[in-house]
Amino acid sequence: MTERSGADILVEALCDLGVEVVFGYPGGAVLPIYDAMFRSGRIRHILVRHEQAATHAAEGYARSTGKPGVVLVTSGPGATNAVTGITDALLDSIPMVVITGQVPTALIGTDAFQEADTVGITRHCTKHNYLVKDPALLGATIHEAFHIATSGRPGPVVVDIPKDVQVATARYSKPGPIQHKTYRPQVKADRSAIEVAVEMLAAADRPILYTGGGIINSGPAASQLLAELQRITGAPVTSTLMGLGCFPASHDAFLGMLGMHGTFEANMAMNQADLVVAIGARFDDRVTGRLDAFSPHSRKIHIDIDRSSVNKNVRVDLAVIADAGHAMEDMVRVWKSRQLPRNDLSDWWQRIAGWRAKDSLGFHDQPTEIMPQRAVRALWEATHARNPIITTEVGQHQMWAAQHFGFEKPNKWLTSGGLGTMGYGLPAAIGAQLGNPNALVIDIAGEASIQMNIQELATATQYRLPIKVFILNNEYMGMVRQWQELTYESRYAESYSDSLPDFVRLAEAYGWKGIRIETMDQLDGGIADMLAHDGPVMVDCRVSKLTNCFPMIPSGAAHTDMILQANEVSGTMDDEARALV
Amino acid sequence: MHIREETATRHTLAVVVDNEPGILARIAGLFTARGYNIESLTVSEVTEDKAVSRITIVTSASAHVMEQIIAQLDRLVPVHRVTDLTVQGAHVERELALVKVAGAGDHRIEALRLADVYRARVVDATTASFVFEVTGGREKIDTFVTLMAEVGLVEVARTGIVAIARGREAA
Repeated sequence: MTERSGADILVEALCDLGVEVVFGYPGGAVLPIYDAMFRSGRIRHILVRHEQAATHAAEGYARSTGKPGVVLVTSGPGATNAVTGITDALLDSIPMVVITGQVPTALIGTDAFQEADTVGITRHCTKHNYLVKDPALLGATIHEAFHIATSGRPGPVVVDIPKDVQVATARYSKPGPIQHKTYRPQVKADRSAIEVAVEMLAAADRPILYTGGGIINSGPAASQLLAELQRITGAPVTSTLMGLGCFPASHDAFLGMLGMHGTFEANMAMNQADLVVAIGARFDDRVTGRLDAFSPHSRKIHIDIDRSSVNKNVRVDLAVIADAGHAMEDMVRVWKSRQLPRNDLSDWWQRIAGWRAKDSLGFHDQPTEIMPQRAVRALWEATHARNPIITTEVGQHQMWAAQHFGFEKPNKWLTSGGLGTMGYGLPAAIGAQLGNPNALVIDIAGEASIQMNIQELATATQYRLPIKVFILNNEYMGMVRQWQELTYESRYAESYSDSLPDFVRLAEAYGWKGIRIETMDQLDGGIADMLAHDGPVMVDCRVSKLTNCFPMIPSGAAHTDMILQANEVSGTMDDEARALV
Repeated sequence: MHIREETATRHTLAVVVDNEPGILARIAGLFTARGYNIESLTVSEVTEDKAVSRITIVTSASAHVMEQIIAQLDRLVPVHRVTDLTVQGAHVERELALVKVAGAGDHRIEALRLADVYRARVVDATTASFVFEVTGGREKIDTFVTLMAEVGLVEVARTGIVAIARGREAA
């Protein structure tokens, strides 16, 4: 076997791992890798305009295809620019492998040009990271990195490769299945835990299935199993922001999203339930609200592949450590083999119907302006038959999209949940479109967030990606302004989006089509024009400027202390509440 | 507004890890990143091939946070296993200290006498100073150092706690 350069080994290993697309940006410390990719011609490289966008594009690719996203950036600023997206992938459990160039091993620690301590900086925002100092170890390290990124609770893995290791030669052969010395995630649940879980579910009078992103990560089969588990138990289903799409929004048993901007019925059902079954969800503070008032009457089962998620925020009665899909498969099988009857939950459903009757997502259309909720619903009306992939930025528009755009299937909703990264949606849409060339991909954006990675308009143009950016433009960082109204007596410190560009002309400057929608009578036509254009389109949809996102549980409040309407906002909060994020 | 703190108890953890570069930073960093405290941390290779290290960590936390600390440590890729020796039961904890004392006359004689009581060995001596080596539990060493302060303590170097479970089983 002949020796090859580290760069050639890397490319060969990526090919062996089935990598088709790499999102990246070249620079001094990765030139050998770029040259090896150029010579090989077997991997498609997508040139972004900023390394942060490479990471979000990789996230969008991963979230919409189920395959790991791969990023290639240079040392120093290339790596530090990628840190936000790496952290985003960690918090949302997205499988991602980031290859970073590094200065030659002899220069490490000398403050060399474009040197940064990448493994040090990324140690706590990755699932794991490596500095490869020996080309003979490079191939095996890359395979291990993919194994760790994609198995167990998925997450980002960084592999830092000094330039001399890319040039030096070694032997490489494709390794067999990885048996890691220490890393062995538990995929199948203990049988006894499954049996107890089924017994608890069968005995419950007021059960609720609280579902999250772990079900999406488990793969589409897990969503099928959730549907089956719901069918045999008859329990209502709510979902976290990250879980939207794992259960069909149009299903009678779906209560909508729960938490800070969740529906009244979802939060009241959580509050009044006697059994909460958390499946691939992590009791995030945006979901629980005030901890001592969270679902106070329930016993709790937590199904999670990550043991450290259990009892982190909320103490549970039963932990089931397993992949969500495997656990639900086992539960369905045990339930059926015992021929457990479907519990009579009619009283429970009657109470839920009462909460539903509040119509907490309701809003009033205005003659003079477009309500943002209406814009999202119009978008849904016009596109849902095509099963679009929706990405978002972060803020009010994100919550309105989560509330008003119904998702029927997994992997169609890509949003930055845990880290809340403005600037996520456009690059994520680019990644999603590359992974799903025939899909309709729409970034529902805000006029402030979209500017955080606006340079990526060029990337979409270069690769002829027909993505659509639909901006709900209210000329405010709306969620910041909403909190200022809630907490700081409407003192709008720096939350006005001043000096906005003309988004239509900006789009045109980048080779996109630009459309402006200003009035209700332009809404449906504007959306139709957007869909009719076969290239990328940016829509500047001017919406009601001061509308806020309700319902809302203010941070530090209980599920029962929901603000349903703007006229319930008091404008002040005590210091305890102000100190919460 | 005041910031609340939960009552904490002290636990001794044995963490067996793959001896890879950066492992100590990974573990120490996890403690700072998640706001846990470290009272003492020791680390050394424990296998012939130097492939595995054992880290002994003494930390204070509420029962709830302790459970999190163990789960978070266990989640790190290079960690083989984590044992809470305090919860697991009987175990031996030892620390070694080197204590430098300087003085003359009665102070020298008193220092030697106390060292004898505490089974400290003299590992260096000059006409004006001693270095004592003393091992034992944390309390014994604390007491010895306090006593030495009265007879001319110059400086102390301590290893931190190492610990192992009693009985025949590995932790």
